[in-house]
Formats: sequence, structure tokens, C-alpha cells
Amino acid sequence: MKVRIILQLLSIVVGAAAAVPANAGTLDVVKAKGFIQCGVAPGLIGFAFPDGTNNWSGLEVDFCRALASAIFNDPQKVKFIPLSAKERFTALQSGEVDLLSRSTTWTMSRDTALGLRFAGTFYYDGQGLMVKKSLGVDSALKLDGATVCTLTGTTNELNISDYFKANSMKYQVVAFEKDAEARKAYDEERCDVLTNDQSSLYAARLQFQNPDESLVLPEIISKEPLGPVVRQGDDGWFDVVKWTYFALLNAEELGVTSKNVEEMRSTNNPEILRLLGTKNADGSAAGFGTGIGLSEDWVVQILRNVGNYGEIFERNVGLDTPLKIARGKNALWKDGGLQYAPPIR
Amino acid sequence: MRLEDAPALPPPSNTVGFRGWLLKNLFSSVWDSLLTLVFGLFILWALLNMVNWAVINATWTGENRDACIWEGAGACWPFVVAKFPQWIYGFYPGDQRWRISVCLIVGAIALAAMLVPAVPFKKWNAIFLLFFYPQLTIVLLSGGNFSFDATTYAAIIFLIIVSIAARQLSDHVAIPISCGWGIVFAAMLVVMLTLDFDFGLAPVETRQWGGLTLTLVISVSGIVASLPLGILLALGRQSNMPVVRHISVIFIEFWRGVPLITVLFMSSVMLPLFLPEDVSFDKLLRAMIGTIIVSSAYMAEVVRGGLQAIPKGQFEAARALGLSYWQMVGKIILPQALRISTPNIVSIFIGLFKDTTLVSIIGLFDLLGIVEAGFADPEWASPNSSSTGYFSAAVIFWIVCIAMSRYSIYIERRLATGYKR
Repeated sequence: MKVRIILQLLSIVVGAAAAVPANAGTLDVVKAKGFIQCGVAPGLIGFAFPDGTNNWSGLEVDFCRALASAIFNDPQKVKFIPLSAKERFTALQSGEVDLLSRSTTWTMSRDTALGLRFAGTFYYDGQGLMVKKSLGVDSALKLDGATVCTLTGTTNELNISDYFKANSMKYQVVAFEKDAEARKAYDEERCDVLTNDQSSLYAARLQFQNPDESLVLPEIISKEPLGPVVRQGDDGWFDVVKWTYFALLNAEELGVTSKNVEEMRSTNNPEILRLLGTKNADGSAAGFGTGIGLSEDWVVQILRNVGNYGEIFERNVGLDTPLKIARGKNALWKDGGLQYAPPIR
Repeated sequence: MRLEDAPALPPPSNTVGFRGWLLKNLFSSVWDSLLTLVFGLFILWALLNMVNWAVINATWTGENRDACIWEGAGACWPFVVAKFPQWIYGFYPGDQRWRISVCLIVGAIALAAMLVPAVPFKKWNAIFLLFFYPQLTIVLLSGGNFSFDATTYAAIIFLIIVSIAARQLSDHVAIPISCGWGIVFAAMLVVMLTLDFDFGLAPVETRQWGGLTLTLVISVSGIVASLPLGILLALGRQSNMPVVRHISVIFIEFWRGVPLITVLFMSSVMLPLFLPEDVSFDKLLRAMIGTIIVSSAYMAEVVRGGLQAIPKGQFEAARALGLSYWQMVGKIILPQALRISTPNIVSIFIGLFKDTTLVSIIGLFDLLGIVEAGFADPEWASPNSSSTGYFSAAVIFWIVCIAMSRYSIYIERRLATGYKR
């Protein structure tokens, strides 16, 4: 083992001289190495987890697969690098990963001071409240006098106090050190309400004896926009990541799915034709894909391999999965949600 | 007058047999009886609860989480069955897992042959385990074919030539030493050629290693490397040469004063910032170097304790016989010092094995990490999945640690010929 380490050290030192030239754009580097390095959460129900056959799946994992499809037309050309919350930003800054798709909340300090760029809000999360259905409550505003289980020293605890004060309701907090303790206390009915980020509440519900007895209330009392993050200072790569996200939304809005994408290529709707990169009437290329350094049918590749935003959502966290998360704020803007993409033209 | 002793009467019936043992050890006074009852009941209660949870109320078969969700359900064993291959092999590609199995089986056989005193060929076995087996493991696990470049080869060959030339040219250079270096560099060349050779195995990156395999890779390399390094550091700390002594003291005190978790974190997060961009330095290798450095610092102090227990007369007698420093250390001092420190050395091994779980904070999936990652699978998220997973991980860790500890006790008894109390 010792010998091995010395040898590897030697080869690394020598190999360093012949590394990729500096200042090459991330897209070029990615194309040269033939895969994307994607930083994901090390196990978060519905968002990123390794399944029994060693495949990573989840909502955030599928975003990276969509990106790989756009670049390589192959959703498998991604290496998933599980990152803890502490090391995620350094891993991105040091180039260990090409992007983070790892439940990272978009905040001002991260966007500005940390030298990061958020490509969009892939999932609108926020602090939510979960109650037992037997309580007969359908809105957070009816929770006057409730006992709330939360975690000590988190923003969750502050948010809940703000919310109840703002609505002049009385409440009592039971605070815990650990997620599992708070969950257990709620399950044993030591409190009426369990509060956490909504996605975590849905995940927690899965671990109850009777998941269907609990209900996540529709109110969101804090903003936690989660989205893919790239390094600042590489606009080309930022564009690719951002427009991959927008393409997923636009495809859903226009009704193009993984199933009908081939037929849609011969539709008359010019918006769909632009999205799918079909040639103009005069035979000239549409030029949207090539404009950001990808192929003309980059969106076709995404849709064929991964599907549109709605398909990704439903497959990983939607109503047919054990998590049973409703689209809510993550519905398209025309359905009353917040997901809105600029047009491709 | 009686000429013979009266026949010995049997001891009172309440001092012999099971009843006697009970009365003597558990119920000798009111206070003892009370304590026995209280703790006995507590242990019984805890055991009953555990058996209830792990066996009687447990779910044994099932396809997914639904099987484990029922009123009063205990342990969810189908979760363990479904995830077990992943716990052992990590994310290693399914069709390549035989490579890990081969390493584990060959290693287990060679190690067992090494540990059981009755098996012959100890010397050859040691050479196999310390020289050939690591190469076999590296080639099989990573796929070999490292492609070292010409500069590296040139450097090694240059070093071999210098060592041999030094021996030829100068009578003043201590011959065994320069000859020894020649052999060391030649061995390195052999190792490099082996690792560079294309055996036709598919490459598997270290980030796909995980589970018990990763735990063993980190802990075994730590154990194997930290003992010799620790011995050298301990000897260095006792040395009369100020430079050697101070370097050893500074090394030991620095690394012993830094928590392992900080070292791992630094190696994973800070090191890439210091290195030029695009130079990626294998994360597993970084973690391994971190554990080796920290554990060798601890090891040095344990060995130093053993060294200090050797009476000064032993050193002086060795010197008086005309032994060189290394002969004295190798033949007289270390055999005694290591025997004295065996329990502490094994404690460090066990501690190191358990400390490997810390690598999960830098995103490596050791056994515990991969068990936890399995909890995030919605197919298997049930009220009892996580407790069953933690329970199983604890059992696996306990089995390995208890095996090390029992073997160390056995070795101590075997070696304690003149010291046994």
C-alpha cells in the first residue's frame, strides 16, 4: 500500500504537467473528457439516491441526465459525485464537479459573494407544516394553540415563530436536536404539527407507521428555491445549464413529451419546431442548439432520453410515487405555479 | 488416640455447585441480591425487547416497503437482503464484482494461514501478503493499466543505477544499506511494471468503490502502513540525533493534536484549492493518506510506551555484545517492546477500523455511509428500515472488531511466556 501511494504521488506530480490547458470553457472540457461530473446529495428521498442496481435516480439526478443528453445524447454520460453540505461549494469552485444539482437554496450571499451562478429554480421548496388528518385542519391559519415540533437553532424555528406572530396565533414549540427525534415525537403525537422544508416533510411521512394519516398543509411559510449551480465566470457553460432547464419547461408547456417527440418534429406549430431545432422553411438551420455549442436537436435528445419537466417530476416525486408530492408551486405558470421559462426564439 | 485424620466431610451444600456459585456471587447480601434483581430484570427486559423487535415481530420477506409496514412491525429484514450486495460491493459495476470477491477470498485465506501458528511457510506467506497481495488488490480493484510516463520510469532506473554505483565505487558507503536501497528501487520498478501492464480488466474508478470494500481498503492500508511508520517515528523520538528527534516529535505532536475529521476535511476540501486547477487528486487516496498519517502518530506513542518499558541494561548489553543499532533494535528491543504494546496496538487498529466511518463526511461511501444512502430509497423507506440498517451495520462492525480483539488476546497469551500473571 505504501508503495502504491508513492507511485501514485509520483504519477500525479508528473501527470500534472500535462494537464488540460487552463481557461478552456467548461463545455469544451466536458466534451473533451466525455462526461459531466455532477455533484448530488448523498441520499435524499426522491431527489438523489442510489437505487438497488447502483443507478442514481431522483429529481436532481435527472437534471444532470438531461444535461448529459443535451451534450452527448446519452443520459449515462454523467458521473455522480455525492457531496456533503459542507464541501459542496468548494468542490464546485475547485473544479471537482462541473455543476451542483444538490438541493442548494438560492440566496443572495451565495449568488454574489461565493462566486456561484444559480441557473434557475428547478424545485420551489419552502418550509411547510404537516398535521394529522384526524385534526381536521386544512389550513395553517387554523392552527391557533398548536404544539409544533421543530429542530433547534434552525431557520425553521425562527420562521415558524414569525409566521404565528404575524397571524397573531398562539403556539408552543417542542424543539429537537435531530430530524429523526422530531419525526418520532410527531408520530407519537407529542405535538400537533411537524415543520420542515416541504420536500423533507414528504420524505418524513414515508417513514411513519401510517403515512396516509398525515397531511402536508398547502401553505409555504419560507422561500427555499433549489436549483442547479455553476461557477461564476463561465457564461457559455452557464447558458447551457440554464437553457437545458428552460427547454425542459418549454417542452412541458408545449406538450412535447418523451413519447410524442418524434411525431412532434413534423408538427405545424412554429414554437415547437423552434424548440426541437427543426430546419426553417427555407432549409436553413434554426441555430438555437448550435448557438450554445450543442447540436441542432439538443432538445429532442433531452426529451427522448429523459422527458420534459413534468415527466421528471411525476416520475421521481409525483403523486404516483411513494412521496406523493403535488405539483403545487412547481406547476407551470399557466397552471398557477411558478415554473416559467423564457421562449426559445 | 486417633492415628489418622478424620475423613474429610463434603463441603456445605450451599457453597458448591450452581447454588453455591449463585449465593457467593449474586446473592451474598441483601444489597447484592437487590442489585442482582434490579439489573437482572433490566437486562432481561432489554433482551426481550430486542428479540421481540429483531426476531418475533420482524418482517422476513417482501418486495418493497409495503411488506414492512404493519401495526407493531419490528425489524425490516427484506431491506437488508435487498441492499446487502450494495453494502459489500458499493457502486462497483455488477458484472465486475467477482474482482472484489477474488481479493476478499484470497486475502482471507492468506491472512488466516498467516494468523494460525500451525500453518507452515510463514515467511513466503508474509512476502505474498505484503508485496504481491497489495499489487493483486490494486490491479483487480482499479483495473491496473496505470500508464506511468517515461519520466517516472527514467527516475526509478536512475535511482537503481545510483544505488548500485554507490556500492561499486565507494568502500565507505555501508554496503548493506546501498544494496538495500537498490533492492527497494528494483522492487518499485517491478511494482510499477505490474501496475502498468494491461491485464484487459475494465477500469473502475475509486468513486465507484464503496461499502465494506472501501472500509476494508482504508482500514487495512491504514493498519499495514501505520505500524512500520509508527515504529520508525517512535525510534526517531528516542534517537540521540537532534534533527531526527525533533522532526519525529513535531510530526507526532502535530498530527496527534489534529482530529482525524479535520485532516479528512482539509484533504478533501482545502487541498484542491491549493493545487492548480484541473489537477485532480484521487479523493480516496487523499483520505487514505490522512488516516495513515494520523494513525501512525498515535502508533508511535504506543510503541514508545513499549520502548520505555525496556530496561536500560538491555540496550547496554546489546551494545556490549557489539550489535549495530539496527541489530539491537531488531533482535532485542522491538520484540520485547512490541509484545508489551500489543494490547494498545490492537486498540489502535480497532479504533482505526471504526474511524473509517468518518470518511462519509467527505462524500465517500464506507459501510455506514452506504447503509445510510440506502435509507433514501423511496422503495424501502419505512418506519423500521433505518433502525434495521443501523442494527446490521453495528453487528458487522462488532464482528470484525471482536475478531481482532480475541486474536490479540490469543497472541498475548502465546507470547507472554515469562510475564504471565
